[in-house]
Amino acid sequence: MIFKLTEEQELLRKTVRDFAEKEIAPKAAEMDEKEEYDWDLWGKMAEMGLSGVPYPDEYEGAGMDNISYAIAVEELSRVCASSGVLVSAHTSLCAWPIYAFGTEEQKQKYLVPLANGEKIGAMGLTEPGAGSDAGSLKTTAVLDGDEYVLDGSKIFITNGYYADIYVIIAATDRALKHRGISAFVVEKGTPGFSFGKKEHKLGIRASATYELVFENCRIPKENILGKEGEGFKVIMKTLDGGRIGIAAQALGIAQGAYESALNYSKIREQFGKPISANQGIQWMLADMATRIEAARLLVYQAAWLKDNNESYSKQAAMAKLYAAETAMWVTTKAVQIYGGYGYTREYPVERMMRDAKITEIYEGTSEVQRIVIAASVLK
Amino acid sequence: MKIVVLMKQVFDTEAKISLDGNKINKQGVSLVMNPYDEYAVELGLRIKEKFKGEVTVVSVGGPEVQDALRQALAMGADKAVLVDPGADEIDEYTTATILAKAIGGLEYNILLGGFKAIDDGSCQVCGRVAEILGVPVVNMVTQAEVEEDKAVVTCDIDGGSAVIEVKLPAMLTAQKGEIEPRYPSMKGIMQAKKKPMQKIGLGDIGLDAAQAAPKVKALSYSLPAARAAGKLVPGEPAEAAKELARLLREEAKVI
Repeated sequence: MIFKLTEEQELLRKTVRDFAEKEIAPKAAEMDEKEEYDWDLWGKMAEMGLSGVPYPDEYEGAGMDNISYAIAVEELSRVCASSGVLVSAHTSLCAWPIYAFGTEEQKQKYLVPLANGEKIGAMGLTEPGAGSDAGSLKTTAVLDGDEYVLDGSKIFITNGYYADIYVIIAATDRALKHRGISAFVVEKGTPGFSFGKKEHKLGIRASATYELVFENCRIPKENILGKEGEGFKVIMKTLDGGRIGIAAQALGIAQGAYESALNYSKIREQFGKPISANQGIQWMLADMATRIEAARLLVYQAAWLKDNNESYSKQAAMAKLYAAETAMWVTTKAVQIYGGYGYTREYPVERMMRDAKITEIYEGTSEVQRIVIAASVLK
Repeated sequence: MKIVVLMKQVFDTEAKISLDGNKINKQGVSLVMNPYDEYAVELGLRIKEKFKGEVTVVSVGGPEVQDALRQALAMGADKAVLVDPGADEIDEYTTATILAKAIGGLEYNILLGGFKAIDDGSCQVCGRVAEILGVPVVNMVTQAEVEEDKAVVTCDIDGGSAVIEVKLPAMLTAQKGEIEPRYPSMKGIMQAKKKPMQKIGLGDIGLDAAQAAPKVKALSYSLPAARAAGKLVPGEPAEAAKELARLLREEAKVI
C-alpha cells in the first residue's frame, strides 16, 4: 500500500488550491449572501479543465483519474461548497452516465461539450414523492413514433436552470416499478421543458436548485441512455460515483473549517494567552484533524477502487457517510472555537456549517448510505 | 523563437521564517515558484504562442526544484533543465556561473527571468548571466512586444515607465504588471510528465566545484524585531479622534 499522491495529483491540488484561494474565496461569502453564482468562475474553471477532470482526452476531458477528480472537488469545496457541488453534479451526475451508458454519437454530442465546459450538466431524479425510493417515479416517458414524450416534474435539481444538458430519469412502464424506468438526455430549450420554483436553502446558497417541469416535452427517441428499463441501473451506478464527489465536497468543507478554526485559535487571546493553549480547544482540533484524515483516506480509497475497476459501491457509501458526518461535526466545532464571532457572517465558518448539512442529505441521505453499507456487509 | 526562462524555487510567500541555529530553517516550509519568475514564464509562453517557439525553463537546485519546474511545464513550457550545484550554500556568483554555462549550451533568442527572487531579493542573477553571455539586459519589464530580431519593452523606472527597444538576443527581467500568469490546466498537468526534464550536475556542463565556488559567505542571519502591538484609543469618536491626534503629535511625533 502506498499512501502517497502522484506528482500530477500533487500539482493538481496545488493548482486548484491556488485558483480557489485567489479567484473563488474572495467571492464565496457574497455569492452565498446573494444566492447567486458568479458564472465567470465557471468559464475560468472550464478553461483549466475542471469541467471534465476524469474523462479521456478523446472527449476533451483532462484524462485524469478519479482521485484527481476528488481532490479537485475537495479543494474547490475547501473555500466554497457551492463551487464544489457545481463541479460534482456536472461531472458525476450528468457527464458520467453519458460517458458510461451513452452511444458514441451521444458522447460526441453531449459528453464533449460537457467535458470541455462549453455546457453545464445536471441530473433530474428526485420528485416530490420519490427521492430515495426511485421505483415510485411519477414522471413518465411514452414512446410516440420517433419521439419520447415526457410529462411530470423534478424537484431539488442542482445546477437546474443554468445547466444546458440534463440526464432525466422517467418511468417508461410504471407497472414494472424500478424495472420500468429509463434515463434520457434532455437539452434546455426543448419545447415543453421549463423551470419551476427556485429553492431558497440553508446552505450551498450560491448553488442553483430548481424545479424542472415537463409538459408534453418531446425528445428524439435516440436520446435514451442505454436501453428502455435500464434506468435503475443507470441511477444506481451514477449515484455510486456521485457519492465520491459529494464525499469529496464534504471533506473539503471540513478541511476549510478546520484550517480556519486552527488559525483563529492561535491568534485569539483570552486570559492573556491564545485559546489554542487550552486543552479543551486542543482536543477539539486533534479530533477534527483525525476525523478529516480518516474521511480523506475513505474518499481516496473509493476513488482508487473506481479507477482500478473494482467494486466501489460500499466504499463510496462509507466515504460519503463518514465525510458528511465529519463535515457537520467539524464545522460545528469550528463555530464553537470561534465563539460568538463564529455565529456571525463576518467569518466563513458560519457558512461552512450551513453548507455541511446538505452533504448528509443529498445523493443519498446518511440513512440510505447505512442501508447500502448494511446490505453489503450482511450479504 | 527559442525562449529560455531562468527560474528559482523559493519559500512560499506565506511561509513563517524561523532560524535553526545560524541557518534558515527549511523544515516543513512549502516551496513555490518565485512569483516574478511566474511572470517570466507567462511572458515566455505568450512569445511562444505568437511565434510557435519553444520555452525551456532552467533552474539551479536540488531535486525538490522539480516541483516548480513541473509547474512551468504544466503551464505550457516545453523542456526543463535542472542543474544540481552539489552544495547547499551558494551565492549569486555560483548560480549565475552555472546558469550561464547551462544556457550557453542551448539555442536562444530571448532570455527571461524574474527581476528578483522574493527570498534573498538580490536582483543579481539575471544581470550576471546576461553579462557572462554578453547579451543586453532590460530590467523590470511589464510588457514586451517581441519581433524576430528585436523587442520593444515597457519597463518600470523611478517614478514612471520607459519604453525601450533592444536587439535580440537579450535578457528581459519581469516585474509585476499587466501579465497575469495562467493557472496550469488539467491537460497541461497530464502533459507535463511526458515533457523532458533534464537533471544534470556541474560536470555535465563542464564546471568543477572550484570554478563554481561561492565568493560570498553569509556570516549570520537574524529575524526582524517583532512588531509592537497596536494601541486602541477608546471613547466616543470625537473624543477618541482628539486623543489620537494628541498621541500622534506628542508621543509618536509624526504630525
